[in-house]
Amino acid sequence: MTVLTVNGKEHSINGDPNTPLLYVLRNDLKLNGAKFGCGLGQCGACTVLVDHQPVYSCLLPISVLEGRQITTLEGLGKNGEPSPLQRAFIEEQAAQCGYCIPGMIMRAQGLLNRKAAPSDAEIRAYMQPNLCRCGTHMRILRAIRRAVKDMRTARAEPVR
Amino acid sequence: MNAPDLRLSRRLVLATGGALVVSFALFPNAFAQDAGAKPPGDLAKFPMLDSWIAIDAHGAITVFTGKAELGQGIKTALIQCAAEELDVDPSAITLVTADTERTPNEKYTAGSHSMQDSGTAILNAAAQVRAILIDLAAKRLNIPVEQLHAKGGSIVADDGRSVAYKDLISGRELHRTAQAKPSLKNPKDYRVVGKKFSRVDIPGKLTGKPSYVQDLRPERMLHARVVRPPSYGAKLTDIDIAAVERLPGVVKVVRDGSFLAVATQEEFQAISAMNALADAAKWDETAQLPKQADIYAYLRKLPSQDTTILERGNAGESGARSIRATYHRPYQMHGSIGPSCAVAKYEANKLTVWTHSQGVYPLRDSLAKMLKMPTKQIHCIHVEGSGCYGHNAADDVAADAALIARAVPGRPVRVQWMREQEHGWEPFGPAMLSDIYGAVDAGGKIVAWQYDVWSNTHSMRPGGPGNLLAGQYVAQPFTPDAPKPIPMPEGGGDRNAIPIYSAPNIRVISHFIPQMPLRVSALRGLGAYHNVFAVESFMDELATAAKADPVQFRLRHLDDPRARDVINKAAEEFGWGLKEKLARGHGHGFAFARYKNLAAYCAIALELTVEHETGVIQLGRVVAAVDSGQAVNPDGIRNQIEGAIVQSASWTMLEHVTFNARDITSRDWSSYPILRFPALPVSVDVHVIDRPGQPFLGTGEAGQGPMAAAIANGVAHATGVRIRALPLSPANVKAAIGI
Ligand code: FES
Ligand code: FES
Repeated sequence: MTVLTVNGKEHSINGDPNTPLLYVLRNDLKLNGAKFGCGLGQCGACTVLVDHQPVYSCLLPISVLEGRQITTLEGLGKNGEPSPLQRAFIEEQAAQCGYCIPGMIMRAQGLLNRKAAPSDAEIRAYMQPNLCRCGTHMRILRAIRRAVKDMRTARAEPVR
Repeated sequence: MNAPDLRLSRRLVLATGGALVVSFALFPNAFAQDAGAKPPGDLAKFPMLDSWIAIDAHGAITVFTGKAELGQGIKTALIQCAAEELDVDPSAITLVTADTERTPNEKYTAGSHSMQDSGTAILNAAAQVRAILIDLAAKRLNIPVEQLHAKGGSIVADDGRSVAYKDLISGRELHRTAQAKPSLKNPKDYRVVGKKFSRVDIPGKLTGKPSYVQDLRPERMLHARVVRPPSYGAKLTDIDIAAVERLPGVVKVVRDGSFLAVATQEEFQAISAMNALADAAKWDETAQLPKQADIYAYLRKLPSQDTTILERGNAGESGARSIRATYHRPYQMHGSIGPSCAVAKYEANKLTVWTHSQGVYPLRDSLAKMLKMPTKQIHCIHVEGSGCYGHNAADDVAADAALIARAVPGRPVRVQWMREQEHGWEPFGPAMLSDIYGAVDAGGKIVAWQYDVWSNTHSMRPGGPGNLLAGQYVAQPFTPDAPKPIPMPEGGGDRNAIPIYSAPNIRVISHFIPQMPLRVSALRGLGAYHNVFAVESFMDELATAAKADPVQFRLRHLDDPRARDVINKAAEEFGWGLKEKLARGHGHGFAFARYKNLAAYCAIALELTVEHETGVIQLGRVVAAVDSGQAVNPDGIRNQIEGAIVQSASWTMLEHVTFNARDITSRDWSSYPILRFPALPVSVDVHVIDRPGQPFLGTGEAGQGPMAAAIANGVAHATGVRIRALPLSPANVKAAIGI
């Protein structure tokens, strides 16, 4: 049995400890955010955060994840409300088919966890591992920039 | 009206022509008035209003479309159309998309036809439903129709009285034949159409709500994987399945001839069992693929059916300057980010398939033949998948799921392809080539134009069961349908082969090649991607020969005012021709096309740099203008064109399928690289020219061709070298500029 901490909750997972995290998230925990794209670490559709850093869940066996904080798309928002980054993606209508977008959001969140105000060049370089076939990239960039701005404004607002 | 009644009537309407007779009898006036004229869009094929719109006793409004959401935003645009003419809030509408037991059979969601076919039908049906509701209210309130209008789900009288839609509908009031010319709203009064309106599917997709066929998890569902042969046409000669059957979680190994699959309890077990099966399988391989390096010469030599699709004057006429050129486009793939997936369940002789196919009805018919089941026992329901951009493996995986589900009755089965299967087995966009001869006179006008294009078919959709991959490998295999060209005016390999520009002497010949060395079918834009690349590159070559500015040269040969407007808009917003001196390696590129010469107009201007040492193209600003007729959702149009620009940049600068003598070798994202973030343009700006009241013109495929040619023209401007073979990859650019 493997105990995983996903979006702040512990789950006991029976089954093969070699199973990549992606299948456990999707099937055992019924979380739709992480998607199967390649299973090869080449596309980022399966991206989730482990201890706040983006990883390919299609490659990581659950056996190495006990005691780590796993965050999926579903864990970003609070009380059923989308997170600032998700909100920015919705505002910018940054999706066509949308299949790649959960991975994009998770990777971008990983960047913002590391750096509150990345430059455009830093965003482009950091997003390099994630593929989108619909060509939604320009909107994804706009959404990330918008989130950076929104979060800066939110921080600047006086706390009531 | 209650729902079961409605469904019954819908099926009657769809199944028999007889229902029409009934309604003609009930509403003889409607018939008399419509004699001869057909209602617009797909309303002509399905003229009963309740095929499209239902209002139940609680006032719930359901709109039905035979088209499917592919990520292009069609759901949102169709809801906007219905809400506009019904005068209700868009949130009051439930939209049911492609479903063989519920929606009209609008065949495929393809060819940028959805707004033209279904959008037009729904807009017109909704307008007539509103008129019927007003009529009913007039009788109920006993006042003339002129004193009534629709508002927020009620018919309101000038004197303030009102009656809700639900109170006006008691039965089959909407079971009526559509009129040919309903009275539509004046576009000036639109509140929803043409306005900013967020996509209905986006919030769910971005917060992890189940949105895709990949996300379905019905009770007791099994996971399955298929073992594909090592190469095209290989036969499974021997396999010991007993060892695999003992692996953890294995419920069933399915073998039918050379079709091999496994169903398991857990998904990762299916992958392990698939690998074990693949290791155990012995195949007889026979495929012989042509040499990749010689593919164009090979295609040119294959037998072809030649059609002159346009001839006027003497196309061989000489002029002051003339040019001959040959353009090439390699095999390219759809490359959906999520490999194709389907869920199927076989129970009590009935098969249900949840699929992201672009054509649920044709798929159903094809499955019926493959499984030798009556059509009415098969139910295909569209559920979104990863973007497909044409005929990818969606239908194939649905056939896989159906075969496996039949072997485990009562258990839903979910099958998803692996990445290397998707890359290796999807039907590619065909390789193409064309020869062009053109001449300009001393005044810089085109005097002659000769164009020959060679191509395989651009549609091997099911179709017969042999067009489904599994159908080719079962014990009693089916042969694929004989490939057919798609006739003009839309065309397939010759789509956009006829230039939109005026030329007094012209001949265009389409060389259709039936024999297909690689598996091919419809990829977004079909032949238009190649033909627009060739024609628009050549226009720049002729402009150079005529010493003319490329934009002016195009305008000189164009009468259509909407085409001119789009070109002028893109040029103006870009700041074209401001005569700045460009630094070494910097170039500007322009291109234009009207998709199929009958759908949306799109012009693109861009700047780029070519790095001399590496051949790497870096895109700068990209500016596009598009005219899609009446714009229902302008941001949706921008989203589609932005996407087309980036996708086409990827096709054009990077992509080609690779193969050896036996098999496809571009099997993942490292052997078939696509565009990544650092290679994006600096900016992409799309300007939508709205044409209120004009017919909808499909947008989904309008940008691909122009983007390819704009890049090629930019590279020629930057380097002085014209590259006529795609992709414009660093290696090819470097080779062409000779360093
Ligand atoms: S699915 Fe994990 S990187 Fe592609
Ligand atoms: S939005 Fe479709 S793959 Fe990115």
